[in-house]
Amino acid sequence: MVGDHYSTPFPPGQGVELNRKDQPNPSRSPVAKLRLRYAKRGKLRFTSHRDIARAFERAVRKAHIPVAYSQGFSPHPKISWVGAAPTGVASEAEYVEIQVVERLRPERILEQLNDALPEGLDVREAVVAAGGSLPARIDASSWRLAVSGVAGAELSRAVAALLAVDHVEVDRMTKNGMRKLDVRPALVSAQVEAVREHSSEPTEPEETTVGEPYGILTLVVRQMTPTVRPDDVLSALGVVAGLVPPAPVTATRMAQGRLDDAGGLVDPLLEDRAAVPDGTAEERKPARNVVE
Amino acid sequence: MSVESVFPRLEPLLPKVSKPVQYVGGELNATVKDWDAVEVRWALMYPDAYEVGVANQGIMILYEVLNERSDALAERTYSVWPDLEALMREHAVPQFTVDSHRPVGAFDVFGVSFATELGYTNLLTALDLAGIPLRARDRTGEHPVVLGGGHAAFNPEPIADFLDAVVLGDGEQAVGEITDIVRAWKADGRPGGRDELLTRLAETGNVYVPTFYDVSYLPGGGIDAVLPNRERIPERVSKRTTMDLDDWSYPKKPLVPLAESVHERMSVEIFRGCTRGCRFCQAGMITRPVRERSIEGIGNMVHNGLEATGFEEVGLLSLSSADHSEIGGITKELADRYEGTNTSLSLPSTRVDAFNVDLANELSRNGRRSGLTFAPEGGSERIRRVINKMASEEDLIRTVSTAYASGWLQVKLYFMCGLPTETDEDVLQIAHMAHEVIKAGREASGRKDIHCTISIGGFVPKPHTPFQWAAQTDPDTVDSRLRKLRAEINSDRRLGRNIGMRYHDGKPSFIEGLLSRGDRRIGRVIERVWLDGGRFDGWQERFSYQRWVDACAAELEPFGVSLDWYTTREREETEVLPWDHLDSGLDKEWLWADWQDSLEGNEQDDCRWTPCFDCGVCPSMDTDIQIGPSQSGPSGRTLLPISP
Repeated sequence: MVGDHYSTPFPPGQGVELNRKDQPNPSRSPVAKLRLRYAKRGKLRFTSHRDIARAFERAVRKAHIPVAYSQGFSPHPKISWVGAAPTGVASEAEYVEIQVVERLRPERILEQLNDALPEGLDVREAVVAAGGSLPARIDASSWRLAVSGVAGAELSRAVAALLAVDHVEVDRMTKNGMRKLDVRPALVSAQVEAVREHSSEPTEPEETTVGEPYGILTLVVRQMTPTVRPDDVLSALGVVAGLVPPAPVTATRMAQGRLDDAGGLVDPLLEDRAAVPDGTAEERKPARNVVE
Repeated sequence: MSVESVFPRLEPLLPKVSKPVQYVGGELNATVKDWDAVEVRWALMYPDAYEVGVANQGIMILYEVLNERSDALAERTYSVWPDLEALMREHAVPQFTVDSHRPVGAFDVFGVSFATELGYTNLLTALDLAGIPLRARDRTGEHPVVLGGGHAAFNPEPIADFLDAVVLGDGEQAVGEITDIVRAWKADGRPGGRDELLTRLAETGNVYVPTFYDVSYLPGGGIDAVLPNRERIPERVSKRTTMDLDDWSYPKKPLVPLAESVHERMSVEIFRGCTRGCRFCQAGMITRPVRERSIEGIGNMVHNGLEATGFEEVGLLSLSSADHSEIGGITKELADRYEGTNTSLSLPSTRVDAFNVDLANELSRNGRRSGLTFAPEGGSERIRRVINKMASEEDLIRTVSTAYASGWLQVKLYFMCGLPTETDEDVLQIAHMAHEVIKAGREASGRKDIHCTISIGGFVPKPHTPFQWAAQTDPDTVDSRLRKLRAEINSDRRLGRNIGMRYHDGKPSFIEGLLSRGDRRIGRVIERVWLDGGRFDGWQERFSYQRWVDACAAELEPFGVSLDWYTTREREETEVLPWDHLDSGLDKEWLWADWQDSLEGNEQDDCRWTPCFDCGVCPSMDTDIQIGPSQSGPSGRTLLPISP
């Protein structure tokens, strides 16, 4: 094994493992919190939440974002995550908060981060937090499912059958083995939004077209414990209507937010945007808004 | 003619496999070039799982060197796990590159880097999935040139049937020269087909084409001769050596994988080669002479690499990093430069030397001191003299006490078991050493909670080392010695509870030994193991000793040889070794003399600080030691300041 040293870098734990952390130089205090909406797209939808967290931490360093660090022997960048779409599921609306020690225009941070992130992890929007809790502004998601190989009429019939019942139990593999999960209470709405029979053009470049026809299902799903995921809703279509898509279904989270009375979602960054109507106002914002 | 991406066919399979992210590419600093805009296309493979292969420094260097050329492109491919392999077979998806998901079979050159022999079965999986015939002689003009490299390729004979060509040594310049030859041959209209291309490669004297050599055997099972079987083919093939490392500051933009990999850090190679002369160490023998990167070159690579990646840790890589002639300045100045930036620096350092503790202290000035590693390799002073890894027990105790006293709580000690001439007593000395380490450490630190881990690997005799003639110790003996060692460590509970012991059973090392010193007859064993389901043999949980034993019995018996014949048999001085026609620069007579010195317990100095001892490398390879700018001590130069 000794002979491997040259061509393979050293395995973890071998050699001098040490972290020269700046314990005697405590990190500067955060002066602002940024809220970012980002997308995971295309091939990068196969990243796990841990993969994304690592990529973001590196991008923040690479872009020289003045991120705040925690104190102590192992300082960590102050980056907090608000939920995460499952591995294999794409998203246009994931959220992360980054605390910074200098005031910067959020547009610039967006640009710098996008230069430092791999293609497919794309920051779509950055705002300075105007106080309040971001997770408290999110209690539901909308999803878009590209269901290949299922005729629109068949999909519509199955969705109607699902909406007609109050409870649908599906099996879900969890850490503790198979569990029963009732899908129906979490499901706010389900629509067959567009059906394009025999189309060979996918609507989004990242979507696969494995066989035709092709149906698009739009869902609004409430956050519950345990979480009901898009594939659980598909399982439910199988239970109530025997629908089994012949090819893997590509799911994309389109939005997250608080459910309004009409069953729509309120954009969770709305309040922050309203508090800072343009990029210059942040300079006058007092720091009280940003300290947790 | 453009080549289609297989991704549309792969994508539906990915939700069904574990860690699909390892198959999608898209890493920061990955390169995808226009297929039709270049003339020579390389697929580069590290034949292990992505999480291991993506961190491989060699592949990263060649990938960048090739992609910088306007006439070439390089993409990467790794071994797929059996779950995806089964689905790829079911759905007829070929072995693909992760960069643009092109089929490996469509490239001009399929380059595979072997760091360890246990990756050989994975080569066969990749060839088969790529639709490339396993045996070189069955390939035609439509198949890529399958090219082997890496340390294990210094004896490629066990996989000679499966490789078209082999490069020994450093690849930076070799890949360029091969590209030129392939490009010219294609531009000429591929005259003489595949045979002519391979001949053009072979006649350079730097590319080994196994099919152009015939091996004849003696009645007793040994090799009679290995001789070229046609015109234009040299009798011996020489290794490549890249000089002036400052001219080769690769990787300039290290890959940043999305998936978790075995190293969550960036590496900067501070020098190449080692002349410490540890007799077991193949790397130290085949990478001579020592070639240092300058202090400015190192500073720039650290800076540029961090700017390009965002990594928070940098490893200063080499075979023995504390030996860089200016290591003191390098560590101090890097520590100064990155103070307060949450960037950590590490020095993989394995020599028993108090100086290493000073360096580690410097790099961890303000931080937590978790663990330090030393590699005495042998338990008794006698065996350390045999392997030429000299450090007295007092040195070790003093070094480790210094470490504990400086606040390091965890010390790891590396050893080998099964070394030539080793007895139970040599191994049991490890327990004594560990006990003394804990006693001295408690005294030096005033703490009870210090810890020492003993990590032990089975010794494998390697080609091109003084131990290439040695008998390998059988796994039962190794396992029995390690059991006795564990009992001895625990015989004193007061000390033993602060000592951990980690080792693997001796069987994978035994098979590694078969593959390391095997000849062409071993190819059939590898193929049988692979057909029988052998995959990822370097992974403990997937390795089957019985599968190898059975395959050896079936395939070697007709030749009158056996697993033991290749492993536990000591070689004669006059025996033709399977790799004798492959020139690492080391003089065989010098190696033999060093082997005899080893048996007599004679040490060998390091030629960096004492006169040349004629190992043969520099004159035969036309190279020279490159240390410090003046070779007469520290240059007094410093890292150039980097403006923030």
